Amino acid sequence: MTFSTMLATMGEGMLRTCLIFFLTLLFSLPLGMVVMFLRRSRFTLVREITKIYIAIMRGTPLMLQLLMWYFGPYYLFGMSIRGYRFPAIIIGFAVNYSAYFAEIYRGGIESIPRGQYEAAEILGYSKAQTFFKIILPQVIKVILPSVTNEIITLVKDTSLAFTLAYNEMFSLAKQIAASQTSFTPFIIAGVFYFVANYAVAFVMERIEKALDYYH
Amino acid sequence: MILQMNSIQKSFGGLEVLKDISFHVDEGEVVSIIGPSGSGKSTLLRCATFLEKIDAGEIRYMDKAAVTTNEAGRAEYVSHSELAKVKNYFGLVFQNFNLFPHYSVLKNVMDAPVSVQKRPKEEVRQEAMELLRKMDLENRADAYPCQLSGGQQQRVAIARALALKPNILFFDEPTSALDPELTGEVLKVIRQLADEKMTMVVVTHEMPFARAVSSRVIFMDKGVIVEQGDPESLFGDTQEERTRQFLRNYQR
Ligand SMILES: Nc1ncnc2c1ncn2[C@@H]1O[C@H](COP(=O)(O)OP(=O)(O)OP(=O)(O)O)[C@@H](O)[C@H]1O
Ligand SMILES: [Mg+2]
Repeated sequence: MTFSTMLATMGEGMLRTCLIFFLTLLFSLPLGMVVMFLRRSRFTLVREITKIYIAIMRGTPLMLQLLMWYFGPYYLFGMSIRGYRFPAIIIGFAVNYSAYFAEIYRGGIESIPRGQYEAAEILGYSKAQTFFKIILPQVIKVILPSVTNEIITLVKDTSLAFTLAYNEMFSLAKQIAASQTSFTPFIIAGVFYFVANYAVAFVMERIEKALDYYH
Repeated sequence: MILQMNSIQKSFGGLEVLKDISFHVDEGEVVSIIGPSGSGKSTLLRCATFLEKIDAGEIRYMDKAAVTTNEAGRAEYVSHSELAKVKNYFGLVFQNFNLFPHYSVLKNVMDAPVSVQKRPKEEVRQEAMELLRKMDLENRADAYPCQLSGGQQQRVAIARALALKPNILFFDEPTSALDPELTGEVLKVIRQLADEKMTMVVVTHEMPFARAVSSRVIFMDKGVIVEQGDPESLFGDTQEERTRQFLRNYQR
């Protein structure tokens, strides 16, 4: 196998890896917001259940969670899981990452001084206006570094999709390495993750810079 | 009468912070509230501005009842929408400014009139610039709060409150968070507002200011109004021993 066919084969895996990455972000960033609101609910029961949910998401291996999401419907309900591989991966990732994002959001929200809410209330802003105009922009600035960390972890975590025998880039690298007895696929994989994370760091740094006009 | 507060009671847990406080503010009056730390001055302002809920008593703005007391002796607030109307009557300037850090000076002043009162942007901009000029800040319109001194920030906060055209403006120790050399510039603009007959209630520890600017001074201690009167009689011809004691501590 020539280097270029190797690269071409792995290129397809890279697309799948990117797909996992972007879909996970697309779902987990907003879902994290919902989880955060539940975690801060007025109702103790809702709060406590959400706490347990977050503890489980953060306290058990993501690999195990992926297996549960994929095989759970079959073992628990006897449902057919044909064609369910990819959705299971996205659900597993999104649900897991939303727990982490929820805690990051919560830290950000709780760092905003009460005076900001009080000033907004005195000026007559509605609850929604206060949240979206006053609080959220400040929260975004505060949480950006932690979100960057989490996104970088996600880039590397996408390789866990191999657990469900999904042919993302890392799985392909292993297969090719084994069949061709070559070390090259691992190097390509390493370079890919590194470059991807470099891009993530670059973009996030740009955003941080753009919000640097106040502190 | 702009504000009337009758028999206000407020407790935090078991701690009675306001015990049957009654006072009113007429149009054009400048009322200073003085008193030792913990006497309930901030709580009184926070109750007047609905940041805290009173337990019992009556609050009226411009003859509109906002809070009444029912037969059971418990405070009852008017509906959310009615309360929103009443909130238009007052503004509040905080001790630590509470400007919005992500908004420029101009946007801090303009945003509420535009997005809350839904007034036309151009008109609001002109008024905001006028207010900033009055606060001697017109060349800082594009700055962000973090680039300003405390005194400048507090003047922006005053402009922000005035932009909504309140009938009465409350100040809770507007100069307490400032370095001594910056208090003067803030007191100056408050004095200027007093000259323009802006109705104000100012909680302050600045006795010379209270004496010079107020039309009435209220001395509070331990959740009650001990004494009130025009500044000359309260400072010059003090009636209550407790007031005298408090003022003596300020002579130094
Ligand atoms: N949210 C609260 N929860 C519990 N206790 C409170 C709360 N706010 C105020 N208190 C208590 O109420 C009392 C009066 O406080 P307040 O802040 O009104 O005093 P103050 O006269 O403004 O004092 P200072 O001059 O120090 O600002 C204090 O004993 C304070 O500890
Ligand atoms: Mg106070």
